[in-house]
Amino acid sequence: MIARLFNFHGGIKPDSHKNASAAPPIAAAPLPPRLTIPLRQSVRSVARCLVAPGQRVLKGERIGAGEGPLGTDVHASTSGTVVGLAPCAMAHASSLDTLAVVIEPDGKDEWIERRAFDHRAVPREAALRYLSACGIVGMGGAGFPTHIKLGNGRGIETLIINGAECEPWITCDDRLMRERAAEILSGAAILHELIGARRTLVGIEDNKPEAIRAMREAAAGFPGLVDIVAIPTRYPAGGEKQLIRVLTGIEIAHGKLGTEFGVQCFNVGTAQAVHRAIHHGEPLVSRVVTLTGNVRRPGNYEVLVGTPVETLLALAAPKPDTDRYLMGGPMMGITISDLSVPIGKTSNCIIAASAALFPPPPPELPCIRCGACARACPADLQPFELYWFSRAKNVGKAQEYHLFDCIECGSCAFVCPSHIPLVDYFRFSKSEIWARERELKASDQARERFEFRNYRQEREKEEKAAKLAAKAAETRAKLSGSATPTDAATGDDPKKALIAAALARARQQVAVEPRNTDTPHAGVPGASPGIASRREQPDLHDSDATS
Amino acid sequence: MIHSPYIRKPASVQSVMLAVLLALLPGVTAYVMQVAAVVVVNLLIATVTALVAEALILTLRKRPIAPALSDLSAVVTAWLVVLCFPPILPWWVTVLGVLIAIVAVKHLYGGLGQNPFNPAMVAYCAMIVAFPSLMSQWPPAGQIDFQTQLDLVLGGARQLDAITGATALDAMRTGLRTSGASVDSVLQQSGTFGAVGGRGWEWLALGYLAGGLFMLARRIITWHMPVAFIATLAVVSGIFWLAEPARFAPPLFHLASGGAMLAAFFIVTDPVSGATTPRGKLIFAAGVAVIAYLIRVFGAFPEGIAFAVLLMNLCVPLIDMKTQPAVFGHRGSRP
Repeated sequence: MIARLFNFHGGIKPDSHKNASAAPPIAAAPLPPRLTIPLRQSVRSVARCLVAPGQRVLKGERIGAGEGPLGTDVHASTSGTVVGLAPCAMAHASSLDTLAVVIEPDGKDEWIERRAFDHRAVPREAALRYLSACGIVGMGGAGFPTHIKLGNGRGIETLIINGAECEPWITCDDRLMRERAAEILSGAAILHELIGARRTLVGIEDNKPEAIRAMREAAAGFPGLVDIVAIPTRYPAGGEKQLIRVLTGIEIAHGKLGTEFGVQCFNVGTAQAVHRAIHHGEPLVSRVVTLTGNVRRPGNYEVLVGTPVETLLALAAPKPDTDRYLMGGPMMGITISDLSVPIGKTSNCIIAASAALFPPPPPELPCIRCGACARACPADLQPFELYWFSRAKNVGKAQEYHLFDCIECGSCAFVCPSHIPLVDYFRFSKSEIWARERELKASDQARERFEFRNYRQEREKEEKAAKLAAKAAETRAKLSGSATPTDAATGDDPKKALIAAALARARQQVAVEPRNTDTPHAGVPGASPGIASRREQPDLHDSDATS
Repeated sequence: MIHSPYIRKPASVQSVMLAVLLALLPGVTAYVMQVAAVVVVNLLIATVTALVAEALILTLRKRPIAPALSDLSAVVTAWLVVLCFPPILPWWVTVLGVLIAIVAVKHLYGGLGQNPFNPAMVAYCAMIVAFPSLMSQWPPAGQIDFQTQLDLVLGGARQLDAITGATALDAMRTGLRTSGASVDSVLQQSGTFGAVGGRGWEWLALGYLAGGLFMLARRIITWHMPVAFIATLAVVSGIFWLAEPARFAPPLFHLASGGAMLAAFFIVTDPVSGATTPRGKLIFAAGVAVIAYLIRVFGAFPEGIAFAVLLMNLCVPLIDMKTQPAVFGHRGSRP
């Protein structure tokens, strides 16, 4: 069906280390004594907590309501009792805290009532809402909500299911494809319908022949739906943009979305989760996690969302010389600083690291501009140029040389003969630019506020001056109109005339006062026209003072 | 804290430099066999000088010495200086050349990776300007015994004209310019010439070519620079030769003579001082070839590669800036 494959520039071929963990079938991880389910399960959105401590919840029960368009609901991963709401470390390089619901399982693993959802019987929007309510997010990378990625049902011609799994060590998608190919393809069929695609392609790196075979066999059950494509094994072929390029030839620039180019990409795990949600009524409460590295029993486990990493590790029996743990692959993963961090919907792999398996980097040497990094860069960047600019903190120039097109895949640092941690430099420059942009925005806002304040004061001053001038004119007119009879009645008494004028002014001011409340000087009403006009003419004061 | 990636290819600056030194061995072997075995002594002198100079200047700069010495970059520089100098120079000229390359060109600009100019080429230019006669004494291939060579290098009496001949490029230039002879008659006159270039010396060109192919296979260098250099030199000399075969030497002569092959694979390919983008590399190497040819044929020096390289080094920032490759997603390549 697919005519040809396309190539992307660069890439690397690290040792895959996949065989050990890919051999045993997926096993269910035992219930942990406690589940810590973060309310933040998708990008840029934290769900609103719906439960209170002491409350009993069932497996799949909603415990957090997604907020905003990017929000997705969060569910209890097993039945049990909510014992608290506590901040927990996020599975993120920053280890920042996020609010989590802590559940003590009751051991029954009792589901809520599950009912299949007929997405064909309802409007498309309702089906998307249902997926959001089932907490379906991208399980391959950033956890972007699936209902957003499905777009508006128009203009997306090609649906891509990502089974490339290009990072070394990770095998969860491999096992998933070998064991649950039919579920993945059933999910792909649903995504295909919802997205309104014309063709669906599954990209799998050719170092996973069993997965390719299983998927091809399962594809026979979905005639005409998908094309299972074996793609050359080259990191980072599983990067969304690289996979789209390999399968379709389309290049999606930084900041652009696949939908703009008529193509959209979902991970195989996401497709399977969509199948479970639609056909079994199960929200996303578990995922397959690879436990591998410096361990005695590498393998893949079906793990409940919220299971702390530390309780999982015993399953794999880490060897004694393990010195730290990585979450994700060795190319883009993070070091886990706190082992109580829970498994989230995007946690695909835990690697036990030892100095022997992942030796500390040799000392950094000067860049010799050999260009190995540029030859390895899948984004066609010149990493060494970005490095020079970053080193000089010339981040503007780095930005000009497309720093933000860097996907931080680590290929450049992998090949660098000078062992320069290039990606760290780029992360530094990016954060520096973000900080500067924030500062710039803040100072822009401050300047705008200040300028508006000046403008407003000026305007009020003018308004007040105009008002007072009008009032003065009115008073004068009134006085000259009433002066004659008063004069006639009281004779030539200037004192009385003054008193009368003052009274008239006072009356005037009482009447005017409410209209003055929007001025900053509303609290000091009663200024006579004379005083007011003097107050409004600081120049006169100045000239008085100097004379 | 250490960040991703946690794995690295087992590559190092040292392994790159070692590969370059290995790649020079066929050329050095041809040198020893065909021209002057004393080049080995020169390589030794230069290597020691380079390492001592590097250690001293690093001490002055208060930088760690061990990693810089073990990266072998100074040794590569030293060997290139020797290979572009005449082999029967007094030892102190070699020492001076290496000092210029290491101290002035490399470390005064900030050390490894920072020098805008090719160290060996600056050393060559400085020496040919300072000691034009010494730097023009090229021995005819295989006519001086090793003892004499050693005496010349280590400071024996010099009887210049008796032992040195003209290089192929020099003989061709002199023949064409002063005697007004045709290319063919010059080639027949003198015993200086071999099959295509200088007698004996052409074997060196072959050795450097072999080493260059080894580096290409090991991906130490990319094809851009050697191909652009060789192709441009061939095309430019070919045009002149076709226009007037009697006055201009054929392309093969230019490729096999002087430092053409050494330059194509080891000099223009210096990553530090050369252009870095794929298109930039083509422009850089082509520029060197054009300027080198013009100096050889119309200039005041028989060999112009060193000056050509330095002139093109000057253009590198501009070339790199103007030849940045299109970035993924920014070339509008919808199929």
